Amino acid sequence: MTEFNNRAWLFVLPVLVIVAFNAIIPMMTMVNYSVQDIFGPGNRYFVGREWFQELLGDNELRNALRRQITFSTLVLLIEVPLGIMIALTLPKTGRWVPFCLIILGLPLLMPWNVVGVMWQIFARADIGLGGAAITALGFDFNYSRDVLDAWFTIVTMDVWHWTSLIVLLSYSGLRAIDPAYYRAAQIDGASRLQVFRYVELPKLTGVLTIGIMLRLMDSLMIYSELFVITGGGPGSSTSFLSQTLVKKAIGQFDLGPAASFSIIYFMIIVTLSFVFYRSITRVQEGE
Amino acid sequence: MAEIQLKNLRHSYYPNPKTDADYALKEVDLVWEEGLAYALLGPSGSGKTTMLNILSGLLSASEGQVLFDGRDVTTLEARDRNIAQVFQFPVIYETMTVEENLAFPLKTRKIPTAQIKERVHFIAAELGLTSLLKRKARGLSAEQKQRISLGRGLVREDVAAILLDEPLTVIDPAEKMALRRTLKAVQLHLGVKLIYVTHDQHEAMTLADRVVVMDDGEVVQVGSPEELFANPAHKFVGYFIGTPGMNFIDCQLAEDMLIVGQTRYKLDAVTAKKLAMQSGGLSFGIRPDFLTLGAEQPGFSIPGTVVRMENHGDEHIIAVDIGGSQMLARVEDSVCADVGDAVHLIPSGEAIRIFAGQHVVPLPQTTFGGSS
Repeated sequence: MTEFNNRAWLFVLPVLVIVAFNAIIPMMTMVNYSVQDIFGPGNRYFVGREWFQELLGDNELRNALRRQITFSTLVLLIEVPLGIMIALTLPKTGRWVPFCLIILGLPLLMPWNVVGVMWQIFARADIGLGGAAITALGFDFNYSRDVLDAWFTIVTMDVWHWTSLIVLLSYSGLRAIDPAYYRAAQIDGASRLQVFRYVELPKLTGVLTIGIMLRLMDSLMIYSELFVITGGGPGSSTSFLSQTLVKKAIGQFDLGPAASFSIIYFMIIVTLSFVFYRSITRVQEGE
Repeated sequence: MAEIQLKNLRHSYYPNPKTDADYALKEVDLVWEEGLAYALLGPSGSGKTTMLNILSGLLSASEGQVLFDGRDVTTLEARDRNIAQVFQFPVIYETMTVEENLAFPLKTRKIPTAQIKERVHFIAAELGLTSLLKRKARGLSAEQKQRISLGRGLVREDVAAILLDEPLTVIDPAEKMALRRTLKAVQLHLGVKLIYVTHDQHEAMTLADRVVVMDDGEVVQVGSPEELFANPAHKFVGYFIGTPGMNFIDCQLAEDMLIVGQTRYKLDAVTAKKLAMQSGGLSFGIRPDFLTLGAEQPGFSIPGTVVRMENHGDEHIIAVDIGGSQMLARVEDSVCADVGDAVHLIPSGEAIRIFAGQHVVPLPQTTFGGSS
C-alpha cells in the first residue's frame, strides 16, 4: 500500500492563487473581452472571431508592426555592437573602474517617463541643448514635425538609455575570461581582431544572448518615452504597437478590439522572442 | 630548435626592488641545451612560472638577458619569439574545429594553405588527433583539448621550445599516463625541446632528461634525474626529490671525529680540516634507501629505537629515534622489527653526504668507507 501525503497541496496552493490573480485571471478577462462588442455595463454582445478577423486585415496594426520591427532592429543593431565596443575600451583595473561603471549605470536607473521628459526637452530646437546644438550646426531640426528627426530622436534616446545594459553585461563577460586565453592568442600570433573574433566573442555569447533578449523584449514593449516625446507622431510615424493599442483601448474606448489587439500583440512578442532565441542558440551550437 | 641561454637573469614584480626578498627570481644563469626535455621542478611560489613567462616573452625580465642561439630576445614580445606554451588548463579556440585550431598559429603567420594542411595532418597523426580533425574543439575532453594546445605549438616548424605549465593538472589520472607517453614520444620523434613545469617529482623524473630544481627564486641544481637522486647538491634537492626525502641529521665535528647521534665517525686529516673550515652548521645526509638494519658495527652503525613503521606493500618505512632526531629507513618486508625495538642502522658508506649550511661539501666517495 502506498500512503498518500497530500500536504504538498498546501505549498502549491499559494503559488496557484498568486499566478491566478496576476496572470491567468487578467489574461482570461482579456480573452473574454476580445470576443465581445461592449457598449457599456450590461450592454454587450458576443461577436466571436470578428475582432480578430478585422484586426488581421487592418492596416493600422500592420503598419504599427512594421514600424515596431524597424525600431527594434535599429536599436539592437546599434546598441549591441556599440555596447561591446565600449566594454572593450573600459579599463580592466584601477580606480577609474568604479567611476566608469557608475556613470554607465546611471541611465539604467532612470524611470522611463523621466527619460522621456529629459529627451523631450533636450531635443527641442528652441530651449533644448541637443536640439539647439543641431540647429546651430545649420540643420532644420524639429522632431514634432519631421518624421526623420522624430525617429532620430527616439532611437538616440533608446541608445542612450539602454546601451549601458549591453556594456555592463559584456564587461562582466570579458572580465571572466582567463588571462591564459589572451596569452595563448598572443603566442599564436593572433591580431587584435582575431583575439576578439576567436577568444572574446565566443566567451561573450552567453551574456550577449541574455542582453539581446532583454533588449528585444523591452524594445517591443516601449511606451512611456514615446508617449512623452512624440506621442506617436508626427502623424502616426512613430506609433508602435503599444501606442496603437492605447489609442484603441483608452482613446477610443474600444474594449473588444483593444483586447483582441492585446492578445495579438502578446503573441507577436512571444513568437519573435522565441524565434530569435532559438536562432541565437542554434548559431552558438555551431549548426 | 635552438639553444636557450639565460644570462644574469633577475626578475621582480616590484618597480624598485631593494633586497633579495623583493625578487621572484634571483640571479639565474642557465643554458637549455638543444633537443632535450627539461623539467622545472619546485614547490608553489618557487619562481617556476615566472621563469616560464620570461622564456615565453609574456613577462619581460627586470634584469639580465635571454638569448636564443645567441640572439638577444630579451625585449621581444611573445608573438615574435619562436616559443609555444601549453597552459595548466586547456586553452583552445572553442568555435573552431580541431583542424582550424591546429592551423591557427600558421594562418596568423601567413603560411600557404597547402603547406598548413600538410603540417596539420602530420602533427595530428603524431598526437592521435586525426580522427577528430573535423570535430568542434568545444565538445572534447580535457585530455584531448590539452593535446590540441600542444599541437598548436608543434605545428610551428620554427618553434625553439615548447613550454608546458603543469599541463596534467586537470587531466583524469587514467588519461595522464597516455598524455605523458605522447609527450615523451613527440619529444623523441620530433626532437622538440620541451620545458616542463611541475611540482610533481615523479612527472619530472619520468619525462625529463634534465631536471632544473628551483626553490625560493633560485635554481638550486640542474642535472639528470639519477644525478639529483644520487648527488643532491643542496639540502632542498635532498628532501624534495625521493619519497621519503633524504635524512638530515645535525652533526658536530670534534677534532677528527664526526659525531652523528651516538656514533663517532673517524675522519682522515684532510677531510677533518676541510669540514672544520666550513661555515654553517654541518649535517649528515643519507637517503632512506641506503639504510639497512643489522648488527652493531662500532664507529659506523647508528643505534636507535624504532618509533613508527609504515607498511608500503613489499617494503617498510621505519622511523628510528637516534636520540634527539629521527631517521627514516626504507627496508624490505623480510626485515623484522617492532616499534620499541633497539636497532642499529647501517648506512652504505658511499651514499653518505655531508652538508654545510644548505650546500653539500664535496668529499671523496671513500670518506666513509665507500670502497668496501
